[in-house]
Amino acid sequence: MAPVIDALAKACEVRPAELQDTVQGVAASYVAAPASVAEASELMRAAAEHRLAVVPRGAGTKLHWGAPPERCDLIVEMRRLGRLIEHASGDLVVKAEAGLPLRDLQEAVSGTRQQLALDALVPGATVGGALATATAGPRRLLYGSARDLLIGITVVRADGVVAHAGGKVVKNVAGYDLGKLFTGSRGTLGLIAEAAFRLHPLPQASAYVSATVADAGQALELTRALLRSSLVPSAIEVDGPDPITVTVLLEGFAGGVPARAEAARDLIGGQVADGPPDWWGRLPDGEVLAEVRAAPSKLTAIFQEAPAHVRGSAGRGVWHVGLPAGDAEQTLDRLRRHGSAVVLSAPDGTALDRWGSVPALPLMRRVKDQFDPEHRLSPGRFAGGI
Amino acid sequence: MGDVSTAGLDGLAERLRVVAGAGNVITDPAELRTYECDGLTYHRATPGIVVLPDSAEQIAEIVRACAAEGVPYIARGSGTGLSGGALPRTDGVLIVTSRMRRILEIDIDDERAVVEPGVINLDVTKAVRPQGYYYAPDPSSQQICSIGGNVAENSGGAHCLKYGFTVNHVLACEVVTPDGEIVEITEAPGYDLLGAFVGSEGTLGITTKITVRLTRLPEKVETLLAAFDTIESAGEAVSAIISAGVVPAAIEMMDALSIEAAEAAVACNYPPGAGAVLIVELDGPAAEVDYQFAQVKELCAAAFEIRVAADDTERALIWRGRKSAFAAVGRISPDYIVQDGVIPRTALPEVLARIDELSGDSGVRVANVFHAGDGNLHPLVLFDDAVPGAGERAELVSGQILDLCIEHGGSITGEHGVGVDKAKHMPRMFTEEDLDTMQMVRCAFDPEGLCNPGKVYPTPRLCGEVPGRRTRIHPLVESGKADLF
Repeated sequence: MAPVIDALAKACEVRPAELQDTVQGVAASYVAAPASVAEASELMRAAAEHRLAVVPRGAGTKLHWGAPPERCDLIVEMRRLGRLIEHASGDLVVKAEAGLPLRDLQEAVSGTRQQLALDALVPGATVGGALATATAGPRRLLYGSARDLLIGITVVRADGVVAHAGGKVVKNVAGYDLGKLFTGSRGTLGLIAEAAFRLHPLPQASAYVSATVADAGQALELTRALLRSSLVPSAIEVDGPDPITVTVLLEGFAGGVPARAEAARDLIGGQVADGPPDWWGRLPDGEVLAEVRAAPSKLTAIFQEAPAHVRGSAGRGVWHVGLPAGDAEQTLDRLRRHGSAVVLSAPDGTALDRWGSVPALPLMRRVKDQFDPEHRLSPGRFAGGI
Repeated sequence: MGDVSTAGLDGLAERLRVVAGAGNVITDPAELRTYECDGLTYHRATPGIVVLPDSAEQIAEIVRACAAEGVPYIARGSGTGLSGGALPRTDGVLIVTSRMRRILEIDIDDERAVVEPGVINLDVTKAVRPQGYYYAPDPSSQQICSIGGNVAENSGGAHCLKYGFTVNHVLACEVVTPDGEIVEITEAPGYDLLGAFVGSEGTLGITTKITVRLTRLPEKVETLLAAFDTIESAGEAVSAIISAGVVPAAIEMMDALSIEAAEAAVACNYPPGAGAVLIVELDGPAAEVDYQFAQVKELCAAAFEIRVAADDTERALIWRGRKSAFAAVGRISPDYIVQDGVIPRTALPEVLARIDELSGDSGVRVANVFHAGDGNLHPLVLFDDAVPGAGERAELVSGQILDLCIEHGGSITGEHGVGVDKAKHMPRMFTEEDLDTMQMVRCAFDPEGLCNPGKVYPTPRLCGEVPGRRTRIHPLVESGKADLF
């Protein structure tokens, strides 16, 4: 044990794991906190030499997502790797280290009236954590999700090699887009160390129009009416079932938003407000939390199949559902008839098929084998036991 | 492409005739030559065999047949690519998707369409426009380029400043993998293989069915043409528009030389004497567009003339000069290289001044056309191939422009792709480790290196080797399946 910690200590700050240093109940042996990409590289090299299973940890807000790792020798604590590297405001680009909290990044760029148009679905999340879990909130309708905003990435491979892809210009097709591959890879392909994003101007004004509807069928009708309109909403969210609410977000110039909000109210009824409803951009409650992706027209089916809490982007067909643990398996089976359903979190010890059937899984295994041939990075946390 | 042999292809041609039908396999040398290049005519190679399949199943069988024989294969859509990405191999099979032109499904409720790879980009828009929708990515070749090719190249277009690239508008791809399997790849669940596949320039497999997102037509579109005395003042207007928080659908810039060419070719009638023109297009809800358009006009106050398109006909007139710019250069120069580099937008004044210097020092004329909003430059490097050494001097200047892009933290390609043309430049933008890591994806998809080999990466990675230890001759090189650049 001593030689291992000594080897890690040559790379960066390291300590023996304490009681709270667990990942889904799996206790780690060491916690190391690199403060630079070079240190992270040295650390991963040392971990490779000693064949350590590695789980990265940002703010730890989603560490309970996914299956427990098969092994976890080393937690790589990312928060010291948390600097804002560059905000090129004239170019609408920001580059940051992965451990920077999203909130801090937003604050830094807001001074020039800019924003990273990515909602922090889980408060407190870091840049790297948001990327690794591919979380996105209501405004994915207009701006896309993390993968659509990411323009460059630096990763540290399982063998310690540092690699970059993309860059710091928005328009760039040179080389494979590793950024997209790493987005949503949940720590199984390498350590996300730095990320560059395209920014958007902060809107001058925003308005939320909310209507309570009688049933899911009506929610679908209103969603379609909004999509078919020329209003260009930034988000169309539906929350339910008790009651079912449709809320649309309109953003833009101060001179244009009020008229668009009125037009939206003509379409769906309800009330116009300056601020969002209290459930906006947050995950629903429930013992088992799952992300469901289905065509937008499956809205009614999803409300039918998931008796508990449903919330999400009705315009994009990305939903979060909160389910009671008892019959979660059956509910997930039913939901999977309409699209994909992936369990994000479940109470410890719940036996669940967390992923359902994943197309192209054999290809994914081959990608994993290339990036992490010894299966030491967050082993067992991903689809198909990757 | 080195020492190649076509002797081994006869048996394969027979096999492909069984798969795709005798009439859809070309082995006649004269006919094969019509496929010898894509839009970048500088690189040419006559394919060993051309096959025109009609289904994913046929493509899968073709790929399996090639794999069994160890023969490389290359997919080609309409052949409009500008980086030699679909350059054939004399010892390989060219799989042309032009018979796969069916729009399989249009679902307005879910804002998507499912199309075959040979479907022409603009035909998607034509099919859904009556219902108030369009397909947003609009490469300049959209009247002839295919969606399959767009997926391979992650094509952009003038309007990608606001709407993004092909990758942002593709929801799923059915793909024939180099194993000859037919799989569907998406963004989620699991790894975002779709994000890695789109833009991989045909090196990870062949897409056979594409689900694209449809975008609602905007309520209002406004287009203006602003003529400036100098390119600097036009550049300042671009910066001012972006700083004001406006995200136009497009901002395009042309310099005096490219205006001259466009004038000669299509009589676009841009304001005489302009050192540069800007085309700014705004779209969206009427209330937003009206407000922003007034603002943009103010920010272009330094222009000596501003023309606003009153209707779609006038809009087309404004765009005509810009859209004809590449071809128009043929009117003022017998030969030219279309370059495609990207810089951070704020570096524009400095980079343009440097291009001017390069041009002055070398005597090589450079016409500048660019997507100014996202810093994507398309310098047109002019030369006369009849003059000894002129081609080489033009190549040199063209390469130096890419160096400028890299120096300023940009990219060697914004939308034309790396292909065979820019593979040699990749090590200037990326480290050996970066390229090695990217090719790990290649190794996962195509360990034998038969799917469009020799493109994108200058040095193929030996799949399965320990990274960083490349001491033996690569077996693909040894067997003639790949070249080192």
